[in-house]
Amino acid sequence: MNLHYEIPSDDLAHAGEASSSVKKMLVQLGIDPVRIKKAAVSMYEAEINAVIHGGGGSAEVTIDSDKIVIRIIDNGPGIADLELAMQEGYTTASDDIREMGFGAGMGLPNMKRYADELDIQTRPDKGTIVTIVVYFHQ
Amino acid sequence: MKTAELAAKLGATIVTGKAGIDKEIKGVYCCDLLSWVMSHAGKDSAWITVHTHMNIVAVAVLSEIACIIIPEGIEAEEATIKKAVQENIPILCTGLTAYEVCCIAHDCGI
Repeated sequence: MNLHYEIPSDDLAHAGEASSSVKKMLVQLGIDPVRIKKAAVSMYEAEINAVIHGGGGSAEVTIDSDKIVIRIIDNGPGIADLELAMQEGYTTASDDIREMGFGAGMGLPNMKRYADELDIQTRPDKGTIVTIVVYFHQ
Repeated sequence: MKTAELAAKLGATIVTGKAGIDKEIKGVYCCDLLSWVMSHAGKDSAWITVHTHMNIVAVAVLSEIACIIIPEGIEAEEATIKKAVQENIPILCTGLTAYEVCCIAHDCGI
């Protein structure tokens, strides 16, 4: 099953809708709730990052019998220092964003914690592609 | 304890009507960092937060939160209430502090 979602830029009100939709799909498919949480949390974090930092983009999701593959592709400036960005607490979010409860510097660490596989391709001014894999039967 | 019963004990206003009021609450979680909530809140928790924007509903859905409690007399935004009703997430508003909510929930055996 292949799913496609547009991720709007700077629209925090609707951020998370793609993740919510995928979560509902996984519930309907009867996937283990622990596995659903792993997919939902990691996808939500990637989706929020695309909204806040990436100028929006898209989500391409493939669900098959043993795993879900989530690709979040954004139009942003790329991540300048990926190693630094992976550290918990490091953030480049604005004060406005942080006052809303986002930008705690936990997005990438949460993706790493919850995804079974995480791949990040990023280049300056070329955007970022985050690929998350969660297996259903590990 | 069901959400409606906790709301009564808190003297809280349920601003989302009957949506989800029979949900069983199995814990309380208090935090305003959304990523932290996503990562740490237990399933079926009552989540106390001062945020009122629409994204708290997405966090509650993804984290399988039983209900959202907004303390200190803060009013929920209309769009947030509408979204919460759609997603079957009850929102309780109370003049109590987060600490007072936790104390009452504890006294109720949560």
